[in-house]
Amino acid sequence: MKVFKTLLGVVAIFATLSFANLNDNEGYDIGDIATDFSLENIDGKMVSLSDYKNAKGFIVIFTCNTCPYAVAYEDRIIELDKKFASLGYPVIAIMPNNPEVQPKDSMEDMKARAKAKGFTFPYLMDAGQKIYPQYGATKTPHVYILQKTNKGNQVKYIGAIDDNYQDASAVQVKYVENAIDALLKGKEVSETKTRAIGCTIKV
Amino acid sequence: MFDLVEDLFKRTLFIGILLLAGFSCNDKKENMAQVAVNAQTEELKIVDFEGLKPYLNKTDDKTYIINFWATWCAPCVKELPYFEEITKQYQGKEVEVILVSLDFPRQFESKLKPFIADKNLQSEVIALNDMDMNSWIPQVDESWSGAIPATLIYRQGKRQFFEKSFSKQELQTLLKQFIN
Repeated sequence: MKVFKTLLGVVAIFATLSFANLNDNEGYDIGDIATDFSLENIDGKMVSLSDYKNAKGFIVIFTCNTCPYAVAYEDRIIELDKKFASLGYPVIAIMPNNPEVQPKDSMEDMKARAKAKGFTFPYLMDAGQKIYPQYGATKTPHVYILQKTNKGNQVKYIGAIDDNYQDASAVQVKYVENAIDALLKGKEVSETKTRAIGCTIKV
Repeated sequence: MFDLVEDLFKRTLFIGILLLAGFSCNDKKENMAQVAVNAQTEELKIVDFEGLKPYLNKTDDKTYIINFWATWCAPCVKELPYFEEITKQYQGKEVEVILVSLDFPRQFESKLKPFIADKNLQSEVIALNDMDMNSWIPQVDESWSGAIPATLIYRQGKRQFFEKSFSKQELQTLLKQFIN
């Protein structure tokens, strides 16, 4: 009987663990409605998606100062904003790391980086790390394209910016651009999910 | 066969260098270590995913730990000693650790090789240079979003994948589930 109880206990623990794991991996899938937020920008103001009355949608990018993959994409993120903000899809960059763990991702460092690179888009601090888990972001950079619908901001694409982190000039498939081009034409996004190596989010 | 010859050659070269270093600079032990390790790092293995695949699908009775990391990834570097410890503990007999570096190719020479030498890494290091991440990441594991550190542990049919970092204790406990 004792053995049985122990076994039962072990099973219960494993069951709990596997559920916990499942929950960790939860986040948005294509078609889900993404949460809005109110996060502090590098200019000290709070930014929400609902502030953008005329936007057709958003390119939400979880990114940071310190991940070499994120840094490799900075210029391309700026280009995305320049190209698509005026067409109704502005870039909203969110820094998901805990600055106590990654001090170079502090608000002061975010300001410095944005200034040095000439960011044309908001660069928000996910203070308290409440937003990235809801989206299900696991790394930087990690892109979510949202489209405004009458139900809310619907997730249309999740993944990478393009297929070559090393060399912008050697890119063959521009995942994000293709997705937004499709949305602007009223079509469905053909490749809705892609993967790329990135830096784990620092908690 | 070729491998054996190559291995013998490397060993001879290695001992030769050690002897030379021993004769020429008895008081510079650090230099000696440097030279010895450089003999290992000279032939850093660089592969695309096709080249990596065989390492993910070995069918012998060993447990394989495949850790995806990079020198610039702080949590990866933090857990490296735990993997190194396993390599030293098992001497490649029951368990083999393979460290798959995702460093940028332009930093193979300037960062990765010096890092391997400085830390005197004993586990096999393979540099993976394959641009088409969207196609190879799910082939390592369907659940992998692409964040590193990430680790695959397998022994014959049993496979487990972790998109997370480990504590020393966690890793040892996990490994025991594979060995026993």
